[in-house]
Amino acid sequence: MSVEIMMPALSPTMEEGTLSKWLVKEGDTVSSGDVIAEIETDKATMEVEAVDEGTIAKILVEAGTENVKVNSVIAMLAEEGEDAASVEAPSSQPAETISGDEDAEAAPEVEDDVAEGAAGPKPDFKPSNDPEVPEGTTFKETTIRDALRDAMAEEMRRDESVFVMGEEVAQYQGAYKVTRGLLDEFGDKRVVDTPITEHGFAGLGVGAAFGKLKPIVEFMTFNFAMQAIDQIINSAAKTLYMSGGQMGCSIVFRGPNGAASRVGAQHSQDYSAWYAHVPGLKVVAPYDAADAKGLLKAAIRDPNPVVFLEHELLYGETFDVPDVEDWVLPIGKAKVRREGTDVTLVAHSRMVGFALEAAEQLAEAGISAEVIDLRSLRPLDTDTVVESVKKTNRLVCCEEGWRYMGVGAEIVATVIDEAFDYLDAPPARVHQADVPLPYAANLEALSLPGTEDIVKAAKAVSEGI
Amino acid sequence: MSKSPREAKITTDQKLKFYKDMLLIRRFEEKAGQLYGRGLIAGFCHLYIGQEAVVVGMQDCIGDGDQVVTGYRDHGHMLACGMDPDGVMAELTGREGGYSRGKGGSMHMFSREKNFFGGHGIVGAQVPIGTGLAFSNKYKETDRVCLTYFGDGATNQGQVYEAFNMASLWKLPVVYVIENNMYAMGTSVERHASETELFKRGISFEIEGMEVDGMDVMKVREAGMKAVEHARSGKGPMILEMKTYRYRGHSMSDPAKYRKREEVDDIRSHHDPIEGLKKQLIAAGEASEDDLKAIDKDIKAVVAKSVDFAQESPLPDPKELWTDVLIEAEGV
Repeated sequence: MSVEIMMPALSPTMEEGTLSKWLVKEGDTVSSGDVIAEIETDKATMEVEAVDEGTIAKILVEAGTENVKVNSVIAMLAEEGEDAASVEAPSSQPAETISGDEDAEAAPEVEDDVAEGAAGPKPDFKPSNDPEVPEGTTFKETTIRDALRDAMAEEMRRDESVFVMGEEVAQYQGAYKVTRGLLDEFGDKRVVDTPITEHGFAGLGVGAAFGKLKPIVEFMTFNFAMQAIDQIINSAAKTLYMSGGQMGCSIVFRGPNGAASRVGAQHSQDYSAWYAHVPGLKVVAPYDAADAKGLLKAAIRDPNPVVFLEHELLYGETFDVPDVEDWVLPIGKAKVRREGTDVTLVAHSRMVGFALEAAEQLAEAGISAEVIDLRSLRPLDTDTVVESVKKTNRLVCCEEGWRYMGVGAEIVATVIDEAFDYLDAPPARVHQADVPLPYAANLEALSLPGTEDIVKAAKAVSEGI
Repeated sequence: MSKSPREAKITTDQKLKFYKDMLLIRRFEEKAGQLYGRGLIAGFCHLYIGQEAVVVGMQDCIGDGDQVVTGYRDHGHMLACGMDPDGVMAELTGREGGYSRGKGGSMHMFSREKNFFGGHGIVGAQVPIGTGLAFSNKYKETDRVCLTYFGDGATNQGQVYEAFNMASLWKLPVVYVIENNMYAMGTSVERHASETELFKRGISFEIEGMEVDGMDVMKVREAGMKAVEHARSGKGPMILEMKTYRYRGHSMSDPAKYRKREEVDDIRSHHDPIEGLKKQLIAAGEASEDDLKAIDKDIKAVVAKSVDFAQESPLPDPKELWTDVLIEAEGV
């Protein structure tokens, strides 16, 4: 019986990759553990080992092939006693990765690498209300990952006191490859690998900031920052106030936040509401690459502690970034991503993509949705939201976190305070189910909010239009 | 370095300064205790009485630009750093003239000018912070050292060891001063520590530790000189365990039922750091009773003035509620 050798996944979020090299050829015999090929994504290269013994009967995917789907058959192995020449390729490729219960609501797309169209529509990303883009500016396609790296590199070139520290940021080039290349350019004095010691290095970063350096503290994910939250809140956020203004703490805490893919409750959580609750912090959560770059540069320059929430599932997404000398955006300004007249969809981080996708579907149903990307949660640009609601008279707040005491609750309360008379329907909230994130594909999909939820909520508040 | 390390031999003037500095802390704290009793100081108030030799001896080992950071039993450290008693006392009373303009209180005071970095209310949190200040010294290639003080109770916090590991790994110029006053709030060292010899707590990080008689300012200074020199010369951190004692409760609200009156009395009468130095000075003929009385009188006047200032200084303007939450960003 011949054995199918399949394209393996390098990470929980990988869906496809490049088969860069075969280390065996047809007719070679292999034993379990032999390295037979190399595959890569834009994050990493990894060796593929043979699991079974036998003879390589057929190589089905040539070296150098890009966008090879995970779980697709890349070669056939003839087992002992089997005639390799008689082994045939499977007639049809197996389906893609497990997609969960077909009856459940569609799982949000989980993309690691660049894949056209997979993460929903790419709206017009030429910033509409960022006046900084001069006429005639060209744009450069950049992944979020590289936009963040570029922001750090530019600020490190500009200011000697900026340094980055965290787990695997230097020699490993970043757990998510966000710090790729920084060690080579800046050396190990300024790109510092720490032990696995979140509480310790967050506190050390705060001390370094009191000592007038400008640390960028990377958490491998914000889930691990819970170990360090005392230093973030009690030391970084409060000391300026407690010192009567003497103890400025210019520091950025950054890393991936929110749901990853199939990693379970402890590695998937949205901390937006947690940090946005705290005076003394600024909290930023960008959606696209231009904002990721412009806002991270602003965060590094900011004299205050900034919690910078990235999204693991967006790192590999590509967007246009203005090709200008020094792209810095103001923290605290929301952005109208799409103009509309019937309902206001408010979102941040990855939910912006779903809101834009929803707006597209709503347009087909004759509902004109305005999409606001908050970008910053503290300070919160309530003016932009309130002005929009005054125009549309309807509001849907979309967040990846839990509803209970969440970002949407704050926005709804603000709109009720400031634009109550303009509302034609009770505001709606789209959010994660009020449970720890489950592992099973179908339950995970049921738990996380997505495009369909937004469409449904928007239609509900728009009844009668 | 604008202030060179003192010579091994201590002059009479230096000894008199130690006496004066310790006495200032003692009298200041006694007065703070009184004001607390009168309701002029509120909240938590942790007095340093009994531990004066530690901070006074250590302060003599450092110079301009070296940093100091500690926990919430911090009044003594601030006075030893040269912060104005008026500003410290006014912060205790929550007045405009306080170091944090009334917004920090007893546990949260700072002075950038005097390189005093707090005043931290969470047990052990100052240890990574002090280590980070040392990191900034090394990064900026200065030869400054950070003295990081914490109590025996804090030695059981995980973040202390996270900081030890990084400080030793990266050879950071930090001296960890454990003020072992025998009790973590109400729990004695024997009841809270599996290894009660706290100077050994750095062994697995290859940090050298020394046990020091923290009731003797000369011995504190001697050990402090070694540790500061060690850190300043690029050899990394060192731990000094100061065996000391607090005469008062953990805070003003602690009746200290966990120890016997006789224990306190015994230390007070046989190991008091101020009385000890006084005896030495007189025995060696370096000062007379009258000389020391004159110092006492001067100090009482300084403390009385701070009390007047702290009572006369107005409450913070209500507008202060909203200031110092964030720094206004410039040129971003």
